[in-house]
Amino acid sequence: MSKKSYRQAINEALAQEMRRDPTVIVMGEDNAGGMGAPGEDDAWGGVLGVTKGLMPEFGRERVLDTPISESAFIGAAVGAAATGLRPVAELMFVDFLGVCFDQIFNQAGKFKYMFGGKAVTPLVVRTMYGAGFRAASQHSQCLYPIFTHIPGLKVVIPSSPYEAKGLLIQSIRDDDPVIFLEHKVLYDDEEEVPDEPYTIPFGEANLTREGEDVTIVAFGRMVKFANEVADKLEKDGISCTVVDPRTTSPLDTDTILESVEETGRLVVVDEANPRCNMATDISALVAQEAFGALKAPIKMVTPPHTPVPFAPQLEDLYIPSPEKIEAAVRAVAGA
Amino acid sequence: MQLNRDDLLKAYRDMRTIRAFEDRVHDEFAKGGIPGFVHLYAGEEASGVGVCMNLDDRDKIASTHRGHGHCIAKGCDAKAMMKEIYGKRDGLCGGKGGSMHIADLSRGMMGANGIVGGGPPLICGAALTAKTLKTGGVAVAFVGDGGSNQGTTLESYNLARVWNLPVIFVVEDNGYAESTASAWSVGGSQKKRAEAFGMPGLEVDGHDFFAVNEAARQAVEWARGGDGPSLIHVRLDRHYGHFEGDAMTYRADGEVEKLRAERDALNIFRAKVVQAHLLESSQLDAIDAEVAAIIDEAVAEAEDASPPGEVDLLTDVYVSY
Repeated sequence: MSKKSYRQAINEALAQEMRRDPTVIVMGEDNAGGMGAPGEDDAWGGVLGVTKGLMPEFGRERVLDTPISESAFIGAAVGAAATGLRPVAELMFVDFLGVCFDQIFNQAGKFKYMFGGKAVTPLVVRTMYGAGFRAASQHSQCLYPIFTHIPGLKVVIPSSPYEAKGLLIQSIRDDDPVIFLEHKVLYDDEEEVPDEPYTIPFGEANLTREGEDVTIVAFGRMVKFANEVADKLEKDGISCTVVDPRTTSPLDTDTILESVEETGRLVVVDEANPRCNMATDISALVAQEAFGALKAPIKMVTPPHTPVPFAPQLEDLYIPSPEKIEAAVRAVAGA
Repeated sequence: MQLNRDDLLKAYRDMRTIRAFEDRVHDEFAKGGIPGFVHLYAGEEASGVGVCMNLDDRDKIASTHRGHGHCIAKGCDAKAMMKEIYGKRDGLCGGKGGSMHIADLSRGMMGANGIVGGGPPLICGAALTAKTLKTGGVAVAFVGDGGSNQGTTLESYNLARVWNLPVIFVVEDNGYAESTASAWSVGGSQKKRAEAFGMPGLEVDGHDFFAVNEAARQAVEWARGGDGPSLIHVRLDRHYGHFEGDAMTYRADGEVEKLRAERDALNIFRAKVVQAHLLESSQLDAIDAEVAAIIDEAVAEAEDASPPGEVDLLTDVYVSY
């Protein structure tokens, strides 16, 4: 056990799984970097250094740099997964989904069903998401609701370094196609992470805080904000349960419903745009299954229905902040 | 590959099976017995069979929406295919895929594909598996002239080249992308496109099994030998419309009748092997009769087979969930 960053935790998960299983390969743009160029090998190790060091250990045959051709190489990862490898393909920014989505949702996600159960496609697509980098509209979106909508895909949103390592190892060992979303603002966050490999099962929510008054369901980076708010409000006499579902597909509906049955109040915090996102999905779930337990209307804390803006002042207004979460919790608590 | 008599008999049997299968699906669809969309391969038999005769169990193919012929050529069971097209529980895909998604991974057939240009990236992946695991296998992407204009196809040419993958791209150019002429919709030439990506491009008459078979032999030899990808541009004709129900108003008057009379792949094959005394007419007649009986049985069994039940709606989405 030692302190590791979110970046290091992901890197360690990849390296340990590649050592364990020779069919695990990694591919993506600049995953090593410097391919064919006169300078250093492993020049980048991924655009933000997440895959640094894998190529020197495992070689170019298992750490493949790609042309900037997401349709071709994400599709190649799907085809490789269907024929005997366990590829971990990196879609550098989730915003690039627009140029390769067919291979994910029409091919990978449907093989098993369309082929009468006879296909196995153990694919992982790692991809960076989220606002806060001043990266503007085409490099800052969340988009996980889009993957969550597709039967056949599993969707994983790790909220911390510990979560990232365990969930990524589970993703690589899983026999279904998995979309693994890494929040770019979390890469330098650190916490204690076991050195040995471990897995965290899908569809089992984590209660990061336990309280009696309000249930906060949050995803990814928003779990961190929800925890901050819960800790602050505890001192003011409002005790919150924070539910980190970890995966949006499968979704641990039981834990969410049990918590709302106990608290009677729900705030859902989602960094994805508000129409048809996880906040609306969970609100509908609770309204349908636990309406009688509610003591106050459900509150959703989301960005507005706009693209992610560039100007720092605007982006800060866009992102669901701890202040907005606190206001929502106080509102449902009547305090 | 030097073709012996058994090879020639197999080639004819596979081509005849495809023709009989597709002609029968055409008839049964018109009668209303088959749900959904079907796109028929009749007329293009020499391509699928000419290519797949060079493949073995290590090798993978990815197909198109017009996939029945590729399935049969790669060894899929025609009766299970017919049941699938009828949407029956014992179909090749449990009745969940249908004509446009028919597949048998155990035969190296990675699926027909409802998305035009869906297959080439996948086949790059199959080739990557073969290369990484050193199976010696090669991977073939069949695309149409329509699919040849998709970005996925062109990106795959580049990826296959820069990763030096054992891939063969077979562009089956039947002259029409749906109703739009390939003479209009394809910029440049397929061969020059291949060459621009640094791979050999071969052009063959797709009505001639022997021409296709020889080009594919060469391409497979390159791929297995580590020389990477190549492309074969196969010019051929389809006997039916883009889909069943297509009135084909975009084709010239008499066009289909003429090509059936003058450029039928099965007739051309038969004339060649009989004139060269490689096979007897009677042998081919016997195959025709055997295949006709199998297709009759396939349709009868498909009509009688049970559809999937409600329980099947929810299964096969995930390995575990």
